[in-house]
Amino acid sequence: MNFIRFIKESVHIVIHGSRKYYAWLAFLLVLIIWGAVGYIAQLNNGLLVTNMRDNISWAFYIGNFTFLVGVAAAAIMLVIPAYVYNWKPIKEVVIFGELLAISAIIMCMLFVLVDIGNPLRLWHIIPLIGKVNIPSSLLAWDSVVLTLYFILNLVVVTYLLYKQYHRKEYNKSVLTPLVLLSIPLAIGIHTVTAFLFNGFAGRPYWNSALLAPKFLASAFCSGPAVLIILFQILKKTTTFEIKDEAIWKIAELMAYAMFINLFFFGSEVFKEIYSNTEHLVHLKYVFMGVKGNNDIVLYGWLSIIFSVVAFLLFLIPATRKNVITLNIGAVLIWFGVFMEKGITLITPGFTPDVLGQIYIYRPSMTEIRVSVAIFAIGFLIFTLLTKIAIAIVYENFNIDTLGGRRK
Amino acid sequence: MSGIKTILSPIKIGRRSFLKAAAVTGSIAALGACGSKADRDAFFQKNFRDMSKDEIARVIERLEKDYSETYGRPFSVSTAGPLPETNFGYALDISRCIGCRRCVYGCVEENNQSRDPQVHWIQVLEMEKEKGVDFLHSNLYYDHDEVPHEGHFYLPVACQQCRNAPCVKACPVDATWAEEDGIIVVDYDWCIGCRSCMAACPYGARHFNWGKVTIPEGEVNPASHYLGNRPRIKGVVEKCTFCIQRVREGLYPKCVEVCPVGARKFGNLLDKDGEIRYILENKRVLVLREELNTQPKFFYFYG
Repeated sequence: MNFIRFIKESVHIVIHGSRKYYAWLAFLLVLIIWGAVGYIAQLNNGLLVTNMRDNISWAFYIGNFTFLVGVAAAAIMLVIPAYVYNWKPIKEVVIFGELLAISAIIMCMLFVLVDIGNPLRLWHIIPLIGKVNIPSSLLAWDSVVLTLYFILNLVVVTYLLYKQYHRKEYNKSVLTPLVLLSIPLAIGIHTVTAFLFNGFAGRPYWNSALLAPKFLASAFCSGPAVLIILFQILKKTTTFEIKDEAIWKIAELMAYAMFINLFFFGSEVFKEIYSNTEHLVHLKYVFMGVKGNNDIVLYGWLSIIFSVVAFLLFLIPATRKNVITLNIGAVLIWFGVFMEKGITLITPGFTPDVLGQIYIYRPSMTEIRVSVAIFAIGFLIFTLLTKIAIAIVYENFNIDTLGGRRK
Repeated sequence: MSGIKTILSPIKIGRRSFLKAAAVTGSIAALGACGSKADRDAFFQKNFRDMSKDEIARVIERLEKDYSETYGRPFSVSTAGPLPETNFGYALDISRCIGCRRCVYGCVEENNQSRDPQVHWIQVLEMEKEKGVDFLHSNLYYDHDEVPHEGHFYLPVACQQCRNAPCVKACPVDATWAEEDGIIVVDYDWCIGCRSCMAACPYGARHFNWGKVTIPEGEVNPASHYLGNRPRIKGVVEKCTFCIQRVREGLYPKCVEVCPVGARKFGNLLDKDGEIRYILENKRVLVLREELNTQPKFFYFYG
């Protein structure tokens, strides 16, 4: 009964807010509707309305999926120091990392859903009900670990908030194993997603043992970048509290992760250029263009430049602790990693294709609309969940008050 | 909601089907409310390899009715199984092929590929004699008045029917597999359209139905096989099956039949006196991308 009340009052909190809050929700809703209309057209006409073709059979949707798996894995970035080293300043904000993970995984699942030719048949991939090709298929593994990671984060967050709603301390013997389990799972979702590409022997651009380590390193950057910006927004607009010390620490850890990411990238570049085999063509496509096709070159370079600049900004204590340079760094990292995962990872693997043919891909309007809508859904979910969490953690919303009505 | 009741009531509900029903309630709400019984049967249809004989018979009956109505002529959907002691192999004489693409279009007509958008199971690559077999410098879209074009040779590529097939490994739902006679097939009614197999295939042999399949009236081939050339729907992957509907009846694949220069050879690898075995034992033979250990059963040779 209490849980129903908890849900009811949470709904109450979610539907009451300031004018700015409503405007934000309305803005997201408009984007969602705009994209949903595009998706309906895609359902009716097939994926022909995207610009994917047999040569490039995965593109923008799967790129976004890959990027967001990284964002979802970012929760561990905060969980590890918070629980393993019991570092208090971060511990307070772990819950928001987990909310971000939940929202990001929902986005991931939506990106897979919209990429699929027959979404009505998605039940075929549910264990026991459908027919899942485990252990052979990496996509099958990916769907399993993503689902587990989603459920785990949902349980942990709900448990934490529900306990706090009851003004009770959480039970350590319940929570600690779950949190500890979420660490390997977070690494797992990203590793398996990397292996999904990594395992294709016929696609040399992805068939590198460094792919999974690189995925992890870049995830350690992109996820926390969102949180750094988010924490500051929350600090300004709500009663959310976070110590500057915590933000600086996160930024410092991101600098190390970015260094590793760039080092891995350099290692791959060396290997390709020095050995100078046919496989070099994919890297050439990203940074120089091939046969006059250089659509993607700008993004290739921007992603590297953004990443290097952000690395320096976060490495140097003075710029890390300066609000302006800190935020510039976070934005650069977010876009740097987004371009790397979303744009320069997937399609260059298909360009040229296995028969040596070049098809130049640009996302169609439908792909852009649907992708924007999915991001809007993610932000919407994150907004609503965060509002509940803030009310409980910082605004004294609990079993003895009447939600937002107490005033 | 009444839609859901009507689906469940006539069926005895086992644990499995109950789970199934529970899991898909959301989509049924839409489907069940307006869909016909045939739609619901199609929705709940199992993987081909998990169906009993009775279930297969019912599915075939529904499909034949469906195709007959759509294409306005009697349609047969065979489920003929592999022939005993058979493992099919293919050999293509690179020195004979003239790049005329008759095989491409013969295949399209035989196998009911979509005409718009075009789906081709066979891709003929034009290569420079100077460079040899070199995909990066090949051209799929050559367009000369006459072939063969001077200084060039041609390499048709379709499914290599690998013994160690990366596509089968990649499929998350077991919608594609190798049959006993070595043919890699797709259950078009089970494929979810994720295209993992396409990313996995090192030969570009798998093709996706990006849009609605269109076959002009009168051009459809009504002699079909469940795992082969029956008409597909949008959103599923398809590929060469060595003309499963023909070869299991003792005929040659269509491409072998239409090739004007006799570059294409087909047969049973287990037949010691067969043509394929003769070629393997006496000609200079190669397979594509040997280093990937896909172990193709499609061989290229210099005759």
